[in-house]
Amino acid sequence: MEQAKIVVHDHYDAEASKIGMWLFIFTELLLFGVLFVIYSVYRYINHEAFHLAAEELDTFVGAVNTVILLVSSMTIAMSTTSLQKKNKTITLALTGITLILGIVFLVNKYFEWGAKFDHGIFPGSEYLTENLSQGEILFFGLYFIMTGLHALHIIIGLVLIAVVMWKVYTGKVHAERAALLENSGLYWHLVDIIWIFLFPLFYLIH
Amino acid sequence: MENEKHHIVPYRLYIFVLVGLLALTFLSIAITGIDLGSLTVAGALAFASVKTYLVLKYFMHLKYDKPYIVSMVIFVFAIFVVTIVVTFLDYLYR
Amino acid sequence: MTLKQYLSFITNTFDKMNSTSIAANEANYLKYRGKYKGLLGWIFSTDHKRIGLLYLYSMATMFSVGVLLGLAMKLELLAPGKTIMEAQTYNATFTVHGVIMIFMVVVPGLPAVFGNFLLPIMIGAKDVAFPKLNLLSWWMYVAGVFLVLAALLFGSGTPDTGWTFYAPYSFRSGTNLLPAIFGAFVLGFSSILTGLNFLVTIHRMRCPGLKWTKLPLFVWTLYGTAWIQLLATPVVGITLVLVALERIFGVGVFDPALGGDPILYQHLFWIYSHPAVYIMILPAMGAISEIIPTFAQKHIFGYKAIIASTMAIAFVGYLVWGHHMFTAGMSGTAQYYFSLLTFLVAIPSAIKVFNWVSTMYKGSINIQTPFYWAASFIFVFMIGGLSGLVLGALAANIYVHDTAFVVAHFHYIVFGGTGFAFFAAIHYWFPKIFGRMYDKTWANTGWLIFFIGFVTLYSPMFYLGMMGMPRRYYDYLQEFHGGNILSTIGSWILVTGFVIIIVNLVRSASRGPKTEMNPWHGKTLEWTVPSPPPLENFDEIPVIEENDGPYNYK
Repeated sequence: MEQAKIVVHDHYDAEASKIGMWLFIFTELLLFGVLFVIYSVYRYINHEAFHLAAEELDTFVGAVNTVILLVSSMTIAMSTTSLQKKNKTITLALTGITLILGIVFLVNKYFEWGAKFDHGIFPGSEYLTENLSQGEILFFGLYFIMTGLHALHIIIGLVLIAVVMWKVYTGKVHAERAALLENSGLYWHLVDIIWIFLFPLFYLIH
Repeated sequence: MENEKHHIVPYRLYIFVLVGLLALTFLSIAITGIDLGSLTVAGALAFASVKTYLVLKYFMHLKYDKPYIVSMVIFVFAIFVVTIVVTFLDYLYR
Repeated sequence: MTLKQYLSFITNTFDKMNSTSIAANEANYLKYRGKYKGLLGWIFSTDHKRIGLLYLYSMATMFSVGVLLGLAMKLELLAPGKTIMEAQTYNATFTVHGVIMIFMVVVPGLPAVFGNFLLPIMIGAKDVAFPKLNLLSWWMYVAGVFLVLAALLFGSGTPDTGWTFYAPYSFRSGTNLLPAIFGAFVLGFSSILTGLNFLVTIHRMRCPGLKWTKLPLFVWTLYGTAWIQLLATPVVGITLVLVALERIFGVGVFDPALGGDPILYQHLFWIYSHPAVYIMILPAMGAISEIIPTFAQKHIFGYKAIIASTMAIAFVGYLVWGHHMFTAGMSGTAQYYFSLLTFLVAIPSAIKVFNWVSTMYKGSINIQTPFYWAASFIFVFMIGGLSGLVLGALAANIYVHDTAFVVAHFHYIVFGGTGFAFFAAIHYWFPKIFGRMYDKTWANTGWLIFFIGFVTLYSPMFYLGMMGMPRRYYDYLQEFHGGNILSTIGSWILVTGFVIIIVNLVRSASRGPKTEMNPWHGKTLEWTVPSPPPLENFDEIPVIEENDGPYNYK
């Protein structure tokens, strides 16, 4: 049997990692895009019902969540600058703020959904199917699916950010090896963009 | 080794972009008070699109990236828009 | 770390890479022994060549299962009424046959096997951009397979919806759909990751001098296919998730009782599944574009036209999905639009066929097994494509939709197209992959029997469909009996040819005569490395000169 030494490589191609993350972002855009297609079709067909159902949602909470995500996008974008300026403390502070803001978002969501459940509004509920029109049922179905899937992506983003924070802390991610932070930032901005569209389409129909 | 971003983006640029995003957000909430009829959706989408453009260009660094990445992003949005348009060829004309 | 320390770290690493590379490269990839031994050395390998073979073996296994299911269906259809199974079993059989063949065989298809094996070598690279992600893709493939098999073996019964999972039946059916749906989702993810990997590889890892306009056509098709894998698969992913949510929670998205539109499901399903057929056929066409120049020993006719056609097919392929839904209830406007676009998308495919034939003209034809497969590919692909135009014409479609005509069409174009190209590719690149040659007489015999069986199996279906025999029915009217007998006999002939081919290849992989580096006198980079290739493909990364090119015959 021919033996050979184990080959070890240290490839770091920041641009390849960046394209890789952008390509992944494209798949997420299309994933949510399909849900927006479904939303558009059903809103077109059930114009009045969507308006009626949207009254149930609290615009204030939605607005607060929007502001939270926008600020968190700024903080994680800033962290790429601080990393390049080799300022580890500020980088950790900024990513930490992003993390906390993301958690606050999820807490808001939890209470929002909780309030809905208390009113008997959840997918497949008796209240929904017996009392509401078809358009309203569809509105809430889409509301839960889209905000739920979005929240799942927030969780994934938070895990990523936590991992990056650890790697910044231990020095594995630094100014010359910034790809993980930058690409996690890209992912977080994607999550922000999805909410930028979700907010007006669900909360600002009046 | 590639180092295509010698340019370090200053913090204040990000702050300006955030201010712009917040302003657009509050504007979009404000105009829901006005009845625009069938243009409501278009209005909402217009605001969302401008905000998305700001996030893409500044937060996501597309302003400083190589052109082919920008082309890819445009291409993907185009495919998505085409998909919605073609789907509506069915629903609009039933 | 100071700049000086950093620079010496870099140069040390590169030095180590170079010196261990040459030592490592003395072992070819089949014999290389790294951190893991034996079987683990394969299923934990991040070497693109081994991953390609892992896909080959798993896909060949699943294909064989799918073939058996197909044989069972043909046996049932040998006579009207029940022959060997009940209607419910028949429904489950064609469902699983479809799910296996589509999601586990032809969609991964040539990219998973030949793309993985050859792409890095063809562009002068040592591996793909993300080797660990590549291995993950294969593991996800295996996970998806097991999930789908779980749907068969456990729970309330094998799915019977057809591989298309149409709503509302897919969320009403009492059969065990959730594992099958989840399996299809996981398989889709595997496809997405492969596409992502190939895109970054082609963008970032071409060797010096290898401009886009010097890429082999197989690489171009892998590129176009990768975009489709990336952008279309998420659509079916989320659609399947919605079906699952419909089954579990009753959200109403596709349920007419709650305001949903089943036709919307069909739109979303086909927005992926039509581009999916281009995932199947583009790399197949790419392989043919490699084989024909080699066996005509002539530069491909219209290299740039073929690239343009590839990109055109990839793009326009997104715009035609509604031709699967002409009788579903879409608006007239949508029907006209989809029919028109369907006719347009046929044009670039026709351009390719013209270019392949023109390449052969005044070439120095070397009649070998890959060439037999490539030539017969053109024949069956043409029939499949032309029958597609019949289906694309609105008036004719109403007549033949959901009949055996459709079944004939897609088997001609998918099995004939991707299948024949796959066989062509395996016979073409076999010596490179295994360093040995197969028995050519048996290979050609296998081809001939397979081809005769293929045509016998599927041609009667065109006639039967036109005469009105529905698809997905286990029973039929007496007048269709003769055609069905002929078709079933064709299936037996086809399988005989298939067995001959497989046995020949399997035996030759370990016992065939050792072969030289470039037995077919090809001009692409894979023919410049040893057969089988060493672990890291190249001892030194090649540099492409101004006058070098993939088809520079003369």
